[in-house]
Amino acid sequence: MGRNRLNLAIGLGATCSGCDITIVDLAEYLPKVLSSVNIAFWPTAADLKLKDLEAMANGSIDLCLYHGAIVNEENAEMARLLRRKSKLMVAFGSCACFGGVPGLANLATKDSLLETVYGTPSTDNPKGLKPQGEALVGEYRMAVPKRLDAVLPLSGVVEVDYSIPGCPPQTSQVKDAFEAILSSDLPPRGSVIGPAKNLCDECPRKREGKSISKIVRAHETIADQERCLLDQGILCMGPATRAGCDAKCIKANMRCEGCMGPPDGVGDQGAKMLGAIASILGLEGEDKMSEEDVARLMDGIVDPVGLFYLFSLPSSILRRRLWEV
Amino acid sequence: MIENRKGDWFEPRILGFLCNWCSYAAADLAGMSRMEYPPNIRCVRVMCSGRVEPSFVLEALREGYDGVLIAGCHPPSDCHYQSGNLKARRRYYLLRKLLRELGINPDRVRLEWASASEGQRFAEIVKDFTERLRRLGPSPLKVKRVGAE
Ligand code: FES
Repeated sequence: MGRNRLNLAIGLGATCSGCDITIVDLAEYLPKVLSSVNIAFWPTAADLKLKDLEAMANGSIDLCLYHGAIVNEENAEMARLLRRKSKLMVAFGSCACFGGVPGLANLATKDSLLETVYGTPSTDNPKGLKPQGEALVGEYRMAVPKRLDAVLPLSGVVEVDYSIPGCPPQTSQVKDAFEAILSSDLPPRGSVIGPAKNLCDECPRKREGKSISKIVRAHETIADQERCLLDQGILCMGPATRAGCDAKCIKANMRCEGCMGPPDGVGDQGAKMLGAIASILGLEGEDKMSEEDVARLMDGIVDPVGLFYLFSLPSSILRRRLWEV
Repeated sequence: MIENRKGDWFEPRILGFLCNWCSYAAADLAGMSRMEYPPNIRCVRVMCSGRVEPSFVLEALREGYDGVLIAGCHPPSDCHYQSGNLKARRRYYLLRKLLRELGINPDRVRLEWASASEGQRFAEIVKDFTERLRRLGPSPLKVKRVGAE
């Protein structure tokens, strides 16, 4: 093992491990990465245990890519431990950056989540068993990590140096990040690795109209391949989403769901999108509409949180559901 | 008019976004005419109600305001930028839906129209909104800081 190799850790929290696949997807670039790094910790691919990590000196890992959201105490502890051991901590993928899809759990309570998973009629659980915090199994005391009150992005528990968003991130972003780190040519701390602008900026479609008269949900139509999806009434998240994915979904004739999170200068992705939709929905004939007409039109958007905050609820302004109504 | 200043019950705090050309002038008129209305509102002058982005309202709620008032020129055509008020109206109805899904009573946000000559109307709006918020009670965001572990 060369002495100048970069010590790399890949940590994980509440993740589907799609982010690990992105790293493997580096394909022909992977040998180059592997020849310049030493894998200090990567539970998915290397047989290193928690105690090995604990035994390392603080700051001995050069780069840690952390993927997954923080949903329980174990995730939070792992994040803190890796932060102590690492010089650079990178939020890797949308869950670590913004909370991601698991962040939608912030619309429910802890109890209702357990009820949904273990108690619904389609679940085969005749005794109605649910995970307990602790249980005695024979002579062993077993504990399940406690769920936090709310799902958090990585930055909710430790300081984050860089973010690489995407669900999963693009291999090109990962390559850029490795190049930057290996050549020590790093952007300012706190930056997001990716373009600053929104997806519309790199979208190949033609945008013409300004007004849409109603919402069309993706399953209700086959979208025209050439025209802007928003023009067709399909709620594409492009205006509120960072570019950098090469418009992959758009090119497959699917609407953008917003996985790259907000572009530079936008704090709350959902609020931004809400503003963008309200600018074009019902624009034509707006002066002839009554208050009721407008309210009815907006009722066409059935689940605004799920639509606007699919990937970013835990890092939005309000972060979670409250229970006033 | 606040009889309950020394009492125990809760006094709501309201943040108002008033458009420069109509509603802010209405608030000004109410003040200059010495009309009485509750001092619960803090006013921010914006050029047009269409300038009020949804994130302004969410930020205000996060900061613990119990209610947010957006006020502009009467629709359809009083807005000095032609249609900012209509845009504000569309945002408002969608924002209400969002707030409901986030478990916040959408009546904490209110959209009203008041022209420059409607000082009296502005005073009535603030009076009525304050009264309603008193009945709704403190914002749930005030009671519990979000995301706190
Ligand atoms: S200027 Fe008053 S609402 Fe536009």
